[in-house]
Amino acid sequence: MRHIISVLLENEAGALSRVAGLFSARGYNIESLTVAPTDDPSLSRMTIVTSGSDEIVEQITKQLNKLIDVIKLLDMTAYPHIEREMALVKVRVPEAADREEAKRLADIFRGRIIDVTHDTYVVEITGEGSKLDAFLEALQPFPVLEVVRSGVMGIARGDVSLQI
Amino acid sequence: MSETASSSTAITGAEIFCRSLQAEGVEVVFGYPGGAVLHIYDALYRQDKVSHVLVRHEQGAVHAAEGYAKSCDKPGVALVTSGPGATNAITGIADAYMDSVPLVVFTGQVPTSLIGNDAFQEVDTVGITRPCVKHNFLVKDVKELATTIKKAFYVATTGRPGPVVVDIPKDVTADSCEFEYPESIRMRSYNPTSKGHTGQIRKAVELILSAKQPMIYTGGGVILGKGSEALTEFTRKLGYPITNTLMGLGGYPASDKQFLGMLGMHGTYEANMAMHHADVLIAIGARFDDRVTGNIEKFCPHAKIVHVDVDPSSISKNVKVDVPIVGEVEPVLRELIKGLNENGGKPDAEALATWWKQIEEWQAQDCLKYDQSSELIKPQYVVQKFWELTQGEAFVTSDVGQHQMWAAQFYRFDKPNRWINSGGLGTMGVGLPFAMGVQFAHPDATVGCITGEASIQMCIQELSTCFQYQLPLKILNLNNRYLGMVRQWQEFFYQGRYAMSYMDALPDFVKLAEAYGHVGIQVTQPGDVEGAIKEALAQKERLVFLDFITDQSENVYPMIPAGAGQNEMILV
Ligand SMILES: Cc1cc2nc3c(=O)[nH]c(=O)nc-3n(C[C@H](O)[C@H](O)[C@H](O)COP(=O)(O)OP(=O)(O)OC[C@H]3O[C@@H](n4cnc5c(N)ncnc54)[C@H](O)[C@@H]3O)c2cc1C
Ligand SMILES: Cc1ncc(C[n+]2csc(CCOP(=O)(O)OP(=O)(O)O)c2C)c(N)n1
Ligand SMILES: [Mg+2]
Repeated sequence: MRHIISVLLENEAGALSRVAGLFSARGYNIESLTVAPTDDPSLSRMTIVTSGSDEIVEQITKQLNKLIDVIKLLDMTAYPHIEREMALVKVRVPEAADREEAKRLADIFRGRIIDVTHDTYVVEITGEGSKLDAFLEALQPFPVLEVVRSGVMGIARGDVSLQI
Repeated sequence: MSETASSSTAITGAEIFCRSLQAEGVEVVFGYPGGAVLHIYDALYRQDKVSHVLVRHEQGAVHAAEGYAKSCDKPGVALVTSGPGATNAITGIADAYMDSVPLVVFTGQVPTSLIGNDAFQEVDTVGITRPCVKHNFLVKDVKELATTIKKAFYVATTGRPGPVVVDIPKDVTADSCEFEYPESIRMRSYNPTSKGHTGQIRKAVELILSAKQPMIYTGGGVILGKGSEALTEFTRKLGYPITNTLMGLGGYPASDKQFLGMLGMHGTYEANMAMHHADVLIAIGARFDDRVTGNIEKFCPHAKIVHVDVDPSSISKNVKVDVPIVGEVEPVLRELIKGLNENGGKPDAEALATWWKQIEEWQAQDCLKYDQSSELIKPQYVVQKFWELTQGEAFVTSDVGQHQMWAAQFYRFDKPNRWINSGGLGTMGVGLPFAMGVQFAHPDATVGCITGEASIQMCIQELSTCFQYQLPLKILNLNNRYLGMVRQWQEFFYQGRYAMSYMDALPDFVKLAEAYGHVGIQVTQPGDVEGAIKEALAQKERLVFLDFITDQSENVYPMIPAGAGQNEMILV
């Protein structure tokens, strides 16, 4: 089963490689991993999307907790939560008709065109992974030059929160 | 040394290193010098509280620190230089990681300005050691040095112990700042649990008292957590049978009648059969290693399991348990004893008597029997004689192989911290440096190293260290002219195709011992075994290397072959 785990860890050199190393050394899956400092600059927050049986995910959370740099974590799968991912997509739109169609698709998906040249657009789009997949699918007719995806971030709804 | 203007109280990083070790009560550091740690060596030279033992190879330094730590209540400390010094130390660090040995290993590093430049003797020590340490640090500023050392000792020795590496660039040891060693340390990201959860303790007590065919299975955690006294009280109070893992030997007195011997691949028939038929299993400070469980599908098919472990990730990792208790063995055992008293219930005496009767039948199998009537020296006989002649009071280290199993089976440990071996990594070569560390921790004790002719050669250079420091070790080389453990597997599972398991061109160990300044004795006749051991023990001031030429064809029994269950043993 797919799990989304948020981790608060010390914002220190090497903390990321400890997490990445743990996943590769123990053969756990990583679908995506995002990390950045929080409002408290001594802390980083990481979102990991992984998958495995209940036993494996239990081990993953225990092993993560065991890392000395990890302060706290939350397997959000167990709670109502929100997931978001961002993609930046560069498409080639040489003809006026292409530009119109691309603009229309971006609008439908609530994307924004954030860069325009005479024959390319860069579209920014946010949402759940499946929405991003659908958007990329819809863009199939165009030559897509580049796709950058941020990986998933998540936050639990309501009272459940991950803080120290 | 840095010539920058410093206030009169500022001292160099190298001096801070020494003062921090003094503040930690470190008495001995095992190490080997080199460019990146020269400032530190100079500072060590100019003080006399922390002594330094010069080994002959950095692997030996770390193993010696492990032997020291495993045999007493203190962490082991090693100091090596950057690059090759650090890489030579890796095997020891990994060994300590697998067996949860509290160590602080200091590695020199190239100056901060050169890190990442492929500088002379640079390796990414923090990167290389990361998968085999409990934690590691790179100290980038002299102002962080004292606090980092404090953290390193704290992390290494608390919770589930383990090795911590502190990588110190050379310029950090030259720079200076004011020295203040923190009295205590708190880390928001690290808070090991000590006491067990009350609700879980209550559940465990109920389950324990409901047992008809109980079994207590304990491991290295009892030794590491100084829980033997509490364990003994707990076990005697219940009257239940008990077994120890290879790492847990000595955690419960082997001479006690409730003790069924070691369990697992080369454990006793009675211990493994009792595990297999148990209805309640009480696991304490043990990690359900595959050498213990055999085929996990067939493991303890009838048992409800209580598991006490300080590391939550050890619990339900290999075997799903019914009552997990996260905590330290000592306080948890005390809570369990209290819980048993408060509950007031008693074990089912009738069921227990029937269970013991069954166990006695298994014991009657006499699974460790061997026959010393032949012309050849049986390795088991040597260990048994050594046990008798030292009244079971020696500290015993071993290497890895058949001799290790015979040592575990035939030297019966009644006290904790006396049996020092490599279980998790199974590192050949540990025996001699382990023994050095033990002798430094216990200068007056008898320290025996039961080894094989292959293992001993992996750190043989430490015989020179032993001479320099006049360590009167007793080395018992069970010389079967084979990589015996490998040969045994080839005999059983590869139709006797002995690929590379033969130790050709062995040195003359007597001459070798003598070349290093020690006493060497070769023993070829069973009748001479006892006399030779007596002679070695009588030589109180000298290291004696006893080279026993043993029966080459001897195998370790019983044995659970790979894939089999605990009730499917190969017996003699
Ligand atoms: C050739 C060879 C053959 C072997 N054959 C066997 C065999 O037949 N039988 C056998 O048993 N082993 C055997 N081993 C050893 C085996 O590989 C494992 O090392 C061993 O079984 C592990 O022992 P353990 O479960 O006691 O765990 P350890 O490695 O000693 O781990 C200790 C456990 O206790 C926990 N702990 C630590 N401190 C505390 C504390 N204060 N409070 C609570 N918990 C704590 C830790 O978290 C950990 O889970 C063999 C090894 C070799 C090299
Ligand atoms: C460093 C290392 N290399 C290889 C092995 C694999 N191995 C395990 S036991 C063994 C043979 C040990 O031979 P010896 O020391 O003579 O002991 P014996 O089994 O003969 O008693 C080997 C090669 C190991 N455990 N460690
Ligand atoms: Mg051998």
